[in-house]
Amino acid sequence: MPEVTVPIGPHHPALKEPVNFKVIADGEKIVRLELDLSYSHRGIEKAAEQRDFIRVLPLLERVCGICSHSHSTVFVKGIEEIMQVEIPPRAQYIRTIIAELERMHSHLLWLGVAAHEIGFNTLFMWTWRDRELVQDTLEEMSGNRVHYGMNEVGGVRCDLAPHQVSAALERLPFLEERIHQYTDMVNDQQTMLLRFKGVGKLSREEVLNYGAVGPTARASGVDYDVRRDDPYLAYADVPWNVVTDTNGDVYGRTCVRIGELHESVNIVRYCLENIPEGPVRINAPKIAPDGEIMSRYEAPRGELVHFIRTNGTNKVERIDIRTPTLANWTSVAMCLVNKNLADIPVIVAAIDPCLSCTSRITLINTPGGKPGIITFDELRKRRQISDKGRGLP
Amino acid sequence: MAAPLQCLSQRLVNWARIKSPWITLFNSGACNACDIEIIACLMPRFDIERFGILAKGSPRHADILIVTGHVTLKQASRLRRVWEQIPEPRYVIAMGACGASAGAFHGLYHVMERVEDVIPVDVYAAGCPPRPDEIINAVVTCLNLLKEDQVHGGKEWRQRRVREIMEPMERKAGI
Ligand code: SF4
Repeated sequence: MPEVTVPIGPHHPALKEPVNFKVIADGEKIVRLELDLSYSHRGIEKAAEQRDFIRVLPLLERVCGICSHSHSTVFVKGIEEIMQVEIPPRAQYIRTIIAELERMHSHLLWLGVAAHEIGFNTLFMWTWRDRELVQDTLEEMSGNRVHYGMNEVGGVRCDLAPHQVSAALERLPFLEERIHQYTDMVNDQQTMLLRFKGVGKLSREEVLNYGAVGPTARASGVDYDVRRDDPYLAYADVPWNVVTDTNGDVYGRTCVRIGELHESVNIVRYCLENIPEGPVRINAPKIAPDGEIMSRYEAPRGELVHFIRTNGTNKVERIDIRTPTLANWTSVAMCLVNKNLADIPVIVAAIDPCLSCTSRITLINTPGGKPGIITFDELRKRRQISDKGRGLP
Repeated sequence: MAAPLQCLSQRLVNWARIKSPWITLFNSGACNACDIEIIACLMPRFDIERFGILAKGSPRHADILIVTGHVTLKQASRLRRVWEQIPEPRYVIAMGACGASAGAFHGLYHVMERVEDVIPVDVYAAGCPPRPDEIINAVVTCLNLLKEDQVHGGKEWRQRRVREIMEPMERKAGI
């Protein structure tokens, strides 16, 4: 049969975010996948260079709405390391608690979406109902449901009161019971087993070749987790295990995520029970000395890296964000080859794609053919010229 | 103003539209937070479906378009096209700080200033992201607008009202 190109997106009922797939198919079999991720490009990296350390944090949180705490934590962690300030242990613990709650809400959200993709809407409703408990806890602690705004350079913005701690602890047993139920469901629901087992298989070698990270990699037996291998925040004090699996398919990734939910509940409980007393922030200097740092963090979707360069002012000179979804796309494109068209949604959903953070801009053919730096103002000017060309205000 | 005389079938359609408006979501480059809050609205805790609302994938089936986020330049023409596909009378809800003024992204080189620059907006939901309660409030406001517009026979009366309020103010300010 001749090959056909099936375009999907940028606005499509099955897509939650703007992305464009070109699936080249031969009958029902996929030959190749071409991706265009650039629909939500905003230019955050460039804008972050224009703002000081206080004003840049709200912007970095809004790189992604689901892992907002990850982005701000990895940034302040890097800046604090450059400034060589040590934040108080209580602040470390609070950051850890929020980070793990965020992981719980993200994994529950993912479980629901994956169930929705295979038409199992009951589970979708259940996980999202249980997720509300996590959201309530987050809202009580930080005041917001989604963008928590907890971090600042030198500590966290608000302290935990005893009644917040006890309210959070009270919610954990119910969540734990529900997570047990999900573990059972994944292992004995035929609907899920049939659609998850053997779909989107990746071997350990493939994962290492394509550089996949996070639960996608751990499901193929790669025992790697930044929280253990390069401990930050309070993870070194807390007893917990890295969850891995050897199945390498969507089923394996589901098991890893549900296992991580268990671990997260335990980490949150341990941190809440053993949180040290003391201040939650120190007065950090306003200016960071010259320096470069590669700050790493285990976000819900995998390893998140911020490369930060400072130059002795109160702004960063360069920030480069490598998000986990960007690292995982290659593995998706490769494991779709030779699969059925109907498996696209579940395989794509299995890496938990989050597209708002994946697009970058590269300028080729700069004037004169020399590499150089384009300033924010110049980019704005180019934008205005192109706006005029299109008749926009 | 009295309601214009409408034939029975038109009245039936209007009634059905208010009892069960269908919405479609358009992610114009949002940070995802607005999207997950809308989905949280459709879920058991907040359950926006009790207003008869059904989330639809296709804009051709929808009455209300919810735009999440600031509009990136690349999405602007797509947003316009999706909006054109919605049958009249179409209503637009712009979500969050981004919908009103690009919020935290104001002034970035690949972001439009407002949703209003691309398509007309009827209701703004405030917040970054708006809480589900506020989203429900915005949808209910939109349904009330729908009712009032039917009484007035179109959307023009609102623009007239804005002009009536604005013109004396502008005259006073000497604009
Ligand atoms: S309004 Fe806030 S939450 Fe919504 S898309 Fe914009 S930045 Fe994200």
